[in-house]
Amino acid sequence: MDTRRGALAVPKVRRVGFFTPTEPPPESSQRPNRSQSGPVEATTSSSPLSDSPSGNLISPVLIPPSRHHSDNLTSHAAAPVPVPGPAAFRRYLAHDRSLHIGSYNAPDSLLGTSPPSSNGEFSEDSVSLFGFQRSDSTKLSASFPNGGFDLTLAVRAPQEPETKIATASASEGKKKIAEVSGKSESVTTKPQKEKEPKSLKDKTTKAERRAIQEAQRAAKGEGKRHADESGKANPGMAAKKPQPKKERPPVTSSVSEKTAVAVEKEKRMDVPQTQMQYDDKSRVDKAKRRAVVEQTEIKNKVELFLHLPQYERGNQLPNLSSSFFTLDTIHHAVYKVGLQHLAGDISGDNARCIAMLQAFQEAIKDYTTPPMKDLTMDLTTKINGYVSFLIECRPLSMSMGNAIRFLKNQIRKLPVNLSEPEAKASLCSDIGRFIDEKIILADKVIVQHAVTKIRDGEVLLTYGFSCVVEMILLYAHEIGKKFRIVIVDARPNLEGQKLLRRLVTRGLDCTYTHINAISYIMREATRVFLGASSIFSNGTLYSKVGTACVAMVANAFSVPVIVCCEAYKFHERVLLDSICSNELGDPDAVANIPSFITKAKQSKMMDNNKNLQFLNLMYDSTPSEYISMIVSDYGMIPPTSIPVIVREYRRENLLL
Amino acid sequence: MPDVQSMVAEFVNKLRKRKIEGSQATAKCTVELLRSVISHQRVPHANQAAALIDAVKAVGQQLVAANPVELAVGNVVRRVLHIIREEDLSLTTAAMAGLDLLDASDDDDIDNCKGIGYPAMSAAVVAAAARSTLRPPSLQTLLEGTPESATVPYTSSSGADSESKTADKSSLTRKLKHDVIEGVNQLIHEISGCHEQIAEQAIEHIHQNEVILTLGSSRTVLEFLCAAKEKKRSFRVFVAEGAPRYQGHLLAKELVARGLQTTVITDSAVFAMISRVNMVIIGAHAVMANGGVIGPVGVNMAALAAKKHAVPFVVLAGSHKLCPLYPHNPEVLLNELRSPSELLDFGEFSDCLDFGAGSGSLQVVNPTFDYVPPNLVSLFITDTGGHNPSYMYRLIADYYSADDLVM
Repeated sequence: MDTRRGALAVPKVRRVGFFTPTEPPPESSQRPNRSQSGPVEATTSSSPLSDSPSGNLISPVLIPPSRHHSDNLTSHAAAPVPVPGPAAFRRYLAHDRSLHIGSYNAPDSLLGTSPPSSNGEFSEDSVSLFGFQRSDSTKLSASFPNGGFDLTLAVRAPQEPETKIATASASEGKKKIAEVSGKSESVTTKPQKEKEPKSLKDKTTKAERRAIQEAQRAAKGEGKRHADESGKANPGMAAKKPQPKKERPPVTSSVSEKTAVAVEKEKRMDVPQTQMQYDDKSRVDKAKRRAVVEQTEIKNKVELFLHLPQYERGNQLPNLSSSFFTLDTIHHAVYKVGLQHLAGDISGDNARCIAMLQAFQEAIKDYTTPPMKDLTMDLTTKINGYVSFLIECRPLSMSMGNAIRFLKNQIRKLPVNLSEPEAKASLCSDIGRFIDEKIILADKVIVQHAVTKIRDGEVLLTYGFSCVVEMILLYAHEIGKKFRIVIVDARPNLEGQKLLRRLVTRGLDCTYTHINAISYIMREATRVFLGASSIFSNGTLYSKVGTACVAMVANAFSVPVIVCCEAYKFHERVLLDSICSNELGDPDAVANIPSFITKAKQSKMMDNNKNLQFLNLMYDSTPSEYISMIVSDYGMIPPTSIPVIVREYRRENLLL
Repeated sequence: MPDVQSMVAEFVNKLRKRKIEGSQATAKCTVELLRSVISHQRVPHANQAAALIDAVKAVGQQLVAANPVELAVGNVVRRVLHIIREEDLSLTTAAMAGLDLLDASDDDDIDNCKGIGYPAMSAAVVAAAARSTLRPPSLQTLLEGTPESATVPYTSSSGADSESKTADKSSLTRKLKHDVIEGVNQLIHEISGCHEQIAEQAIEHIHQNEVILTLGSSRTVLEFLCAAKEKKRSFRVFVAEGAPRYQGHLLAKELVARGLQTTVITDSAVFAMISRVNMVIIGAHAVMANGGVIGPVGVNMAALAAKKHAVPFVVLAGSHKLCPLYPHNPEVLLNELRSPSELLDFGEFSDCLDFGAGSGSLQVVNPTFDYVPPNLVSLFITDTGGHNPSYMYRLIADYYSADDLVM
């Protein structure tokens, strides 16, 4: 258990290390507060998958305390020499910033000592400690020390390269570290041992010069830099931006600076981002160049929906699945989820959202901060990359957008003094909490609320497949309510059949029909239960296509419409129609109809006709006047209360 | 006579088995059958019209009973009856004009002529018939009309009058039958030509760059749209596929074959798309006297959506689709449930259905038609022009005589 503690604290050191009080003033002023966030090129080299060998050499677990003491003593007097064991030492470290010098040296001091044995141990410890699910231990272990050490090295290198070499010159790992740090500045291959100190020195001086320049530039305008920050895609900018912060020596000021940035960012986040418009040629081309998934546009586009992506389906899947083992920029878990989205294996908003979040959890677990980089910044860029990959696979649903915003917010709000494993652990637990609270628990609350609206002898109508509605119906049946269910379904997905099968198997009385017969069957219904993909702040319900028809007909027949929606799906956007924001499904799904009606040959022939298009809309928006009530985890509310919920609760409960 | 019987039996069979699709085809077949019934009907010397009417009614009742949902059959039978009545009327008018020029022109003299036998009788017939159709309604005719119209069939069929007609009976018989068949032929011509008549008006309703939504497969709609296309209008058509039967796909293919810009959408996307649609055009299965429409399933949804977005909802209907009945609960009573196998494959759910006690049940509902109440319809376009839903009862009164409403 002690060793675990130690493992936890090691990376924390790197962060604290920059603020050494004993450092000489000029040097410390140049100590980069954010020096971790180096050029982006380094990310590729240090991504968890690619550089596991270098990571193998480093293991912070078996740090011999004696080494530490000596190190600390040499560097400065305030070092906590008399710490008895590594674990206690680390714990202490976590609280005291003055201790970092020794601790950040820790990894390189033991570099050569016992690399292989400590590897698995460390990873396993950390797994249990952070409450991670069991994962790829080697990757994890590889990622931790690498990031932590690179950072320390980067800081340390300018001030006392000689001492470091003296302490750890014999170690094999040293070379690797130098290599990594070298890469972060310029891609150098295998620098020789003798050249190491020199090259390091050169680099640092360059870095210093640049830092001064940057500081001057930074003084010119804060706002401009924020703008740069938002353009994370540009690696050059990302590299330059953090450096001006080196000029700010006191820790407190940098922290406050960070919070200020955060506040500003938050303000920007409040304004909903505009979606990518696919009729904007230049932007689409730009996006295409970055794209991992090669999408071919369909030949026969529907003119009305040129602003939405209209791609051919199914042809890129084999390509992508074959490149599964060669990918480097996208984490494999995220990749898997993306492919599942692309193939349509996961459907349903909650399922998609949970799958995505769990993939992110995996990715964060395997994540290592590359050298010269800040965890907050780099992880955000990484997540952005994942998100754009997922978008390429299938446009995100609103709820997934909300979940991503939550995650990014969590990353941004990470306390500065948190060590990397701690940060990762907190992120992972945040994600887990989000899934538990906002989705699973919320569903339970919704079921409890909605069941009170079901009375004996009622006929409940539902449309398509919504897992919340299914839970409500099953629960109501379980507690002995007597009612009948009408399931309305629609082509091409026919999700209602899935619901029908589940309900009939459980012994419920069901009636099944198509959406065209809705006005025939509506006269029987006494209540309509609908699921939701999102609810916008003007009360518009954004849900599977056809929901609006059902709600409209129910309204015409004076049947109350009850929408079941978790609060995390509420969105502050507004929407008036189903055209501006939508998703287009596979047109072939509409074109292919059961063979007993027409001959397949004819339809094949018609495919190439320029005048014939098939449109497969995925969503539509239901005006709020058709909705009688929304059941969410905040209780049963009218649609007019959505903006209130979004405004009042979002900030405290979702984005905190 | 036996071959007519067998023809009727065959047609009844077809109707029962729903072998004939579409109201136009049904209407045409019905008229042709009735024509042969009339031509084969041996007409007695006395009251030929009544004999014909009885024969047609007898067949018509069989046909209607065979498929009560196919309202076109009843409509056409009523039309034929109306033709017979009108021909009879015009013949008697002509006869009377020859006999009594002085009295026929003015119906104030009817009372004076009452007791004189045949001429007076025919004058009464003329007057009664004239009240119902030929003259504009006035308070006077209303006051006079009620008792007399009831007596008209009686007087014409009473045996006492027949003796006075012996002189010209053979020519009159042949004349009536001939005229009726002529009239029926005209009706056939009208039914087969109603597409062109309706399509001619297309250019007045469709403008450039219009976006039109349609639903189901209707030949009238196809011709209507193509007529506009031929007149160099360019517009786009959205076709809802019409899920269990997919008739929208058929329509889309024909439209594309004629060079129209066509987009097939799912039925569920009707609400989503309606906000960008300028006009909804559908073909009706039947038009009721109150202006309500029976159309392919899903039409009511489209009509509601159109109403919500203030999009004109236009119904194309040939005159054979105008039904003189007022609907009561038409969604159920004038509807037909088709096979569940169109929605679910047979046996697909048999594994989860345990027919023991306490297990769930599964019903599949697959209706064929949908009823659109008149307040959702913006315009009817028939072969006689465009009409409001509230005007349909009057239009219908032109085509049918009140005596035939209940067959």
